[in-house]
Amino acid sequence: MSEPATLHHNHRDDTASKLGMWLFIFTELLLFGGLFVVYSVYRYLHSQAFHLAARELDVFTGTLNTVILLVSSMTVAMSTTAIRKKDKRTTLLLIAVTLVLAAVFLVNKYFEWGGKISHGLYPGSSILDELGKGDTLFFGLYFFMTGLHALHIIVGMVVLGFMFVFVWKDKITHDNFQQLENGGLYWHLVDVIWIFLFPLFYLIT
Amino acid sequence: MPDSTHHTVPYRTYALILVLLLVLTGISVAVTQIELTKWSTLVALLLAGIKTSLVMAIFMHLKFDQRIFRVMAILIILLLGVVMVVTFLDYLFR
Repeated sequence: MSEPATLHHNHRDDTASKLGMWLFIFTELLLFGGLFVVYSVYRYLHSQAFHLAARELDVFTGTLNTVILLVSSMTVAMSTTAIRKKDKRTTLLLIAVTLVLAAVFLVNKYFEWGGKISHGLYPGSSILDELGKGDTLFFGLYFFMTGLHALHIIVGMVVLGFMFVFVWKDKITHDNFQQLENGGLYWHLVDVIWIFLFPLFYLIT
Repeated sequence: MPDSTHHTVPYRTYALILVLLLVLTGISVAVTQIELTKWSTLVALLLAGIKTSLVMAIFMHLKFDQRIFRVMAILIILLLGVVMVVTFLDYLFR
């Protein structure tokens, strides 16, 4: 009689786990969605200032970071295929590549922010005060939205770091990989947000 | 055991989607850098929408998941759209 009882103790609900992750992703989408509404309204009210301020941003760095995030999204998606194929080595390799790409993204961001700050373009700077309200709003939103996004990159790296360890220690396996799927979903969310940040700040000058 | 809806997507599919995403990125850079008009702004945002759909459908497995996930995702996007439209109705016609 005790055998079925022990089976019940291993109860797992992958669909519910995924549903929970998606609900969290929806709250994140609404958080950034609100910021995109703020951006759109201020862009509408200060279109000339936003137009000139956006020219300060380097399209090459932005494009490079877009490519980096798109590739990292693919590698993390591929890791969920590798784990299904019982290919632990490839899974670990793909997560590691994703982590390296995430780090490269942050290094680019560091130099980009550093460049802006050294030119006196940061929230509260005297140069922005002289340039006026539109520029202050543009760079305020730029630092806040890309900063919040970079924070998500860091959180994503921590999450994927845990996934790497779990796969390494066989806690995530070919028949128990929902955690890796959920970690991947978070990483794709970070990618989706950047897909909109990139044209709004770098391209539409 | 994983539920029956788990579907193994081949590596090739992911690689193909990446190529598409990179091409779309290239196009959006090109249309906005060559000459920026109202239309290129619209095109850049449309391309971002297409890229997001690809990521959500394939990378995030919405295409292969149960319908409820797709329904919820579409409803959230519609909600964001409504918030955007209502905000602008306020700013444009107040």
